[in-house]
Amino acid sequence: MLHLTIFLIFGAICVAGAVNLLVQRHPINSALSLIVVMASLAVEYLLLGAEFVAAVQVIIYAGAIMVLFVFVIMLLNAGEEERTKGSRVAMIFGIPGMLVGSGLVAWVLLEHSGTHSVAAGALPGPPKTIAWLLFHEFLLPFEVTSVLVLIAIMGAVVLAGHPDSGGPAKKEG
Amino acid sequence: MVAGGTPALHRKTALLSVGTFVLISIIKIVIALIVLLTAVAYTVWLERKVVGHIQNRWGPTRVGPFGLLQPLADGVKFIFKEDLTPPHVYKPLYIAAPMISLIFALTSIAVIPVGNWVTVGGIHTPLQITDVNMGLLIVLGITSMGVYGVALAGWSSNSKYSLLGSLRASAQMVSYEVSLGLSLIGVLIMAGSFSLRDIVDAQGGAYWHVIPRWNIFQGQIFGFFIYLTAAFAETNRIPFDLPEAETELVAGYHTEYSSMKFAMFFMAEYANMITVACLASLLFLGGWHGPLFGPAWLQAILPLFWFALRIFGFLFVYIWVRGTLPRFRYDQLMAFGWKFLLPLAIANLMITGLIVAWKS
Repeated sequence: MLHLTIFLIFGAICVAGAVNLLVQRHPINSALSLIVVMASLAVEYLLLGAEFVAAVQVIIYAGAIMVLFVFVIMLLNAGEEERTKGSRVAMIFGIPGMLVGSGLVAWVLLEHSGTHSVAAGALPGPPKTIAWLLFHEFLLPFEVTSVLVLIAIMGAVVLAGHPDSGGPAKKEG
Repeated sequence: MVAGGTPALHRKTALLSVGTFVLISIIKIVIALIVLLTAVAYTVWLERKVVGHIQNRWGPTRVGPFGLLQPLADGVKFIFKEDLTPPHVYKPLYIAAPMISLIFALTSIAVIPVGNWVTVGGIHTPLQITDVNMGLLIVLGITSMGVYGVALAGWSSNSKYSLLGSLRASAQMVSYEVSLGLSLIGVLIMAGSFSLRDIVDAQGGAYWHVIPRWNIFQGQIFGFFIYLTAAFAETNRIPFDLPEAETELVAGYHTEYSSMKFAMFFMAEYANMITVACLASLLFLGGWHGPLFGPAWLQAILPLFWFALRIFGFLFVYIWVRGTLPRFRYDQLMAFGWKFLLPLAIANLMITGLIVAWKS
């Protein structure tokens, strides 16, 4: 009962944050709404007994990635976005289409996914279990992901580097 | 307090009824908040006094003996100051920013243990608001959220000094968080747990009855100094106080704030210092372990005293450094963080990992 109440409260906060993200016109308000979504998702993970995932969700997403988002918005000094008049086609077909689509996804997940519901806290959550899984069963995907991240970093360095000079750009003055 | 509702908590306190549990938690929260806020006020007093003596001054002397009532006078003054809101600010975030800073600074005390389990009136309870097995990660998560207070304060003030200050603060805190986290992993490998209580318990006892088994004496000395440096940067203190460099940025991110809103940033900074000091003593300096002697009541109080003594020592080093070192240049700060501290932290982590793997 307590679990259900907390789930509903934070689920509602999560959805409200997500809607607010779309409705807000100022980018910084949208970014802050996204932080609210991340934080309430972390609470939902906590309810499932996945304490490690919840903590990492807050540290990585809310604490590091979103800081960079906010940082970039502040640096660019992005102002309020202008509202377009909005196309009538989007209003007529878009909203019902979205509702039907999400209803369909929910129905498929509930009826045909083949998974049975698991009691709260029954899934493996302690960091030791996660570490064991990562370094034994999922070692190859884990390492491949790290190589992917490395490629992304190298790509960012190449893109950010000066196009003319091969080495690091010389200091001016 | 959200983090308190984990299953681990319910398992450990399953013997208590819900009513008793809530009552005990509320009592603990009230005590912890009062102690923390008093400690914050007197850290300010300590800082003014120590820096004064370093600079051949007396520091506060007028209000009460040794100026001991000065924090009270400061508090009253902050409350009665006019609360100015500049006309050009983005109001919702301008008001929210100091609150965000202070809330996250005060929340992290919730998972910090200050002593062993005690039995009061037949109820067995830890000297800690909630004993969760993710304690360290929760502290890191909460403190990493604290950067939003600083970032939003600078942005919403709509002033160039504030914005520059908060940009510096965000970049600096994100950069040094990496080294900070890596310096802690060495301790985690040695203890094999994220629970702050387990980490402290693993440091009990002494080698040959002389050298205590604190992590700093077990090879984590480099880890400790990396943590110390990164923690100075995380809390925006000298020599890393670029975000509020008075000589360049007026006051940095809190330039446009006055009255209690300014005081909230101030309190958040000092509360963060105390959290960092608590973590340092728990992770590296053996927590509340120390010699126990005398009658039973003294033995019950001594661990608290040893813990407080470590925190005091750490805060004293903070203030000492402030009275001694000049401020870094910004490029020096970034180069030091990424090119020196981070490789050192990674090397420390690898060597610790190899030694632990070789021993087991």
